[in-house]
Amino acid sequence: MADTIAAIATALGNSGISIIRISGDDAFSIIEKMFIPKNESFSVRNVKSHTIHYGVINENEKVIDEVLVSFMKAPNTYTTEDIVEINCHGGIIVTKKILDLCIKNGARPAKPGEYTERAFLNGRIDLSQAEAVIEVINAKNKNALNTAVCQLRGNISERIKDLREKILYNIAFIESVLDDPEHLSFDGYEERLRNDMNVVREEIHTLVSNAENGRMITEGIRTVILGKPNAGKSSFLNALMGEERAIVTDIEGTTRDTLEETINLAGISLNIVDTAGIRETEDIIEKIGIEKAISASETADLIIYIVDGSKPIDNNDKIILNMIKDRKSIILINKIDLDVDNNKVKAEIQSEMEKAIILDISAKEFIGLDKFTEVIKDMFFKGDINYNDEVYITSLRQKANLEKALHSIEMVINAIDDGMPEDFYSIDLSVAYEELGFIIGESVEDDLVDKIFREFCTGK
Amino acid sequence: MSMNQNLCEEYDIVVVGAGHAGCEASLAAARLGLKTIMFTVSVDSIALMPCNPNIGGTSKGHLVREIDALGGEMGKNIDKTFIQSKMLNLSKGPAVHSLRAQADKREYTTEMRKVLENTENLVIRQAEVSELLVEEGKITGVKTFSGAHYKAKAVVLCTGTYLKARCIYGDVSNYTGPNGLQAANYLTDSLKSLGIEMYRFKTGTPARVDKRSIDFSKMEEQKGDEKVIPFSFSTDPATVQKEQVSCWLTYTNNETHEIIKNNIDRSPLYSGMIEGTGPRYCPSIEDKVMKFADKERHQVFIEPEGLYTNEMYLGGMSSSLPEDVQYAMYRTVPGLENVQIVRNAYAIEYDCINPRQLNPTLEFKAISGLFSGGQFNGSSGYEEAAAQGLIAGINAALKVKGEEQIIIDRSQGYIGVLIDDLVTKENHEPYRMMTSRSEYRLILRQDNADLRLSEIGHKVGLVSDETYEKVERKRRLIDEEIERLTAITVGASKEIAEFLEKNNSTSLKTGSNLAELIRRPELSYEIVSELDPDRRELPEDVIEQININIKYDGYIKRQLHQVEQFRKLEEKKLDVDFDYNNVSGLRREAIQKLNMYKPMSIGQASRISGVSPADISVLLVYLKQNK
Repeated sequence: MADTIAAIATALGNSGISIIRISGDDAFSIIEKMFIPKNESFSVRNVKSHTIHYGVINENEKVIDEVLVSFMKAPNTYTTEDIVEINCHGGIIVTKKILDLCIKNGARPAKPGEYTERAFLNGRIDLSQAEAVIEVINAKNKNALNTAVCQLRGNISERIKDLREKILYNIAFIESVLDDPEHLSFDGYEERLRNDMNVVREEIHTLVSNAENGRMITEGIRTVILGKPNAGKSSFLNALMGEERAIVTDIEGTTRDTLEETINLAGISLNIVDTAGIRETEDIIEKIGIEKAISASETADLIIYIVDGSKPIDNNDKIILNMIKDRKSIILINKIDLDVDNNKVKAEIQSEMEKAIILDISAKEFIGLDKFTEVIKDMFFKGDINYNDEVYITSLRQKANLEKALHSIEMVINAIDDGMPEDFYSIDLSVAYEELGFIIGESVEDDLVDKIFREFCTGK
Repeated sequence: MSMNQNLCEEYDIVVVGAGHAGCEASLAAARLGLKTIMFTVSVDSIALMPCNPNIGGTSKGHLVREIDALGGEMGKNIDKTFIQSKMLNLSKGPAVHSLRAQADKREYTTEMRKVLENTENLVIRQAEVSELLVEEGKITGVKTFSGAHYKAKAVVLCTGTYLKARCIYGDVSNYTGPNGLQAANYLTDSLKSLGIEMYRFKTGTPARVDKRSIDFSKMEEQKGDEKVIPFSFSTDPATVQKEQVSCWLTYTNNETHEIIKNNIDRSPLYSGMIEGTGPRYCPSIEDKVMKFADKERHQVFIEPEGLYTNEMYLGGMSSSLPEDVQYAMYRTVPGLENVQIVRNAYAIEYDCINPRQLNPTLEFKAISGLFSGGQFNGSSGYEEAAAQGLIAGINAALKVKGEEQIIIDRSQGYIGVLIDDLVTKENHEPYRMMTSRSEYRLILRQDNADLRLSEIGHKVGLVSDETYEKVERKRRLIDEEIERLTAITVGASKEIAEFLEKNNSTSLKTGSNLAELIRRPELSYEIVSELDPDRRELPEDVIEQININIKYDGYIKRQLHQVEQFRKLEEKKLDVDFDYNNVSGLRREAIQKLNMYKPMSIGQASRISGVSPADISVLLVYLKQNK
């Protein structure tokens, strides 16, 4: 009945094994297209329920990973639908690749909380858990909406808005002519639409390849660097980027005004948010205010707070410390090269924030960066800090939306080529409009009718 | 013996109003065997067409066809009384073909009146209904201005534009209904005292002018179709092939626009004298000129009001400018230089309800047994009115009979789209049907309204067994023939190759079948007949369906799939008395909207603006939890 969904069931990155779960009517036929079992006599069709099988995941004759695949037939499963679970060798890249392959073979990226919702709706979870399910749905939806928009890089949402505007104009024009054939006509319209659609197709195509290269959204541990003016935020950032172990990824193409840097520390991606703010002005807190710092750190997975160890703690420090005390954070006491006693500073920090992780550094002299890297590694493997799984799954959904939009635009162009009547164009145009809307968190509005009346003089 | 006792009578159903909604409602109720009385402020204004002299048009033509398939009267009546007929959008896809006919206005009302007067169980009464009688949330009857009391088990309100109506041009305003007819000034207060929320809407109509004062040589002639297609599925096409009259097309120009701009301060719309909300799709000429300043000209359609009169309707130039400005601007239009106005253009303001107070059955949520239809519900147009009147009448009758009421959903007909939009979506102007409002329009075509809706009409009791069997026979013929065509394989033989070449169609590389060939844009069922010697003789309407179903199969299947998804949510019913404060996890805005609208299904809830997909998930969970 419902379509088939797929998602990564384990947290990305910090475990030796990752599980990709597929649920729905097509789960078995999807795995059949990508799984090559070791045992040659094995067949998905005849597989016994609740058994696990060894083999490889294959794409275009290339092995992606050795895996164990569990097969569970409806109805005795978590969602009461057919479920397949692919156990692969962890690793972010491999895990994502396998999930991508599931999507390519016909699964849809799961919505937030969708497994739980299905489990519930199919009567798998008992009634007392209903409220918990509601909370999951709410929390995850809120989160997803946040991520959907805020993870989009640079001007991508602007570009999508422009595309939608162009598409909506055409839908409105077509509908106006259909509704008012005696006042408006399609003379010469086909060519105009074809030109418009060629442009739109190219644009969406670029966005799809951006999405494929991970350039559409930011991934990694969202990290915010906070600190008072002259605490040394930008020298710290420079030091990190200048370190030979740090690889700076400059992301091009999608942005003119890059606000983010991705730094790879010992194989872990730190995605440093709002670097423009750090670079342009030394006084992020003064200039854009504590509120901005709060909102930047709200969506962060990790907060790095830099304190000038040569100066006493003041009220502003205390406000920030209070704000971040329940968050994953590292406090860096900078400027140890000045050789000022910073024990009092440390003690005061400790009294504000009992469990603070405090490190001595000198950004200027590159002291303490090894230790910093160690701490990050440690936090990551303990699972204290994490890639936001939701971000990745959101990006997959966005990519699926883009691909559907692209397909619809191609259908429009086909319809023009095939000489279909004009009213057929707006069917696929509407799908493209809707799909693009999902990406930027704008649902289907009732704005078509408004557009018709605003743009075209129609009516008796 | 004292005679001061007021009159008191008892009926099953009272219908208030005798316009297009009132006529359909009354006929449906009476035909379903209920003792029905229809009130009108003037018996001479039954089925009056106070604005444009035509029935149908884009998407409205669909409504008329659907009314007909359900057993309504409008299609049959226009077939009897049209003076010109045209299928619009013929160059476009079949989903947007739309029939429109010019009516002889007097004939139209006369014929409808004859039908009403000869319908069993139906009483026509000229009187102004001034008060609704409600006891414990249930309607019990109405009172007229004269004090007479009519008891009823259900009441259908179809008051059109008559409630507190005011007609305006320039600084002249009259408290009358359309055409100077008496307004209904008391019912609004009764409605308000029952807690019903009212809106004030506005619409307008252009001037009527004397045919003898028009120079048609300066205009383009607009003829009717050579072969007329009737509206009603039960009208024999042979009976509608008759001589038709023409309409005429001319244009406004810069001079017209200058006059309007120079006098815009004298327009009651711009001076603030009109407070009602007007429809954007039916703008007055002053609106068009002011809002689309870069348009050099606007079309003006000159349409006859009937064969009985010299009056002509100036389509496209409705206005509420003062009389002298009307004269001046009309006379700038080529062919109208010496035009003589018979009736001025005017705007009309009237009271109507916020239709979100209705269920999709068109019964008031708060008052059991009270139904409404037509412009009273905030729509505009004769066809929109008739469609609602029919549904309201049917449901009032079913209610009295104690049977389950009907809801046409968005996937079944334009009627469904119309009613669902009215009762679910925020709307602050008179609502007009548009093809763009229908998301499943490929399957909601005017050509298949009978196949879509006759079953419902038959089940209700308005469609006869004979008609219904005819429709089912048609359906069988279509299905069998498509199946047969799909089974006839064609290969790369010389005969086929020659046939394809002759018809400019690409040659076959692999085996195919006749249905596949018909799907090609350059071929059709008729064209492939030479490859199909064994085919049987089929009626034209069946062949039309075969062509459409084969040619647009891919798109149609997609829409059918969407409909399936849509139905799933429609089938999840919600209790209309439910208090959404009881659902934890809903956002505040959603609770407020859901409590206000009281949707009948999850599907309807999902269309309310302000209710998010997350809210719908929460509702689904809640529903399941409380099963």
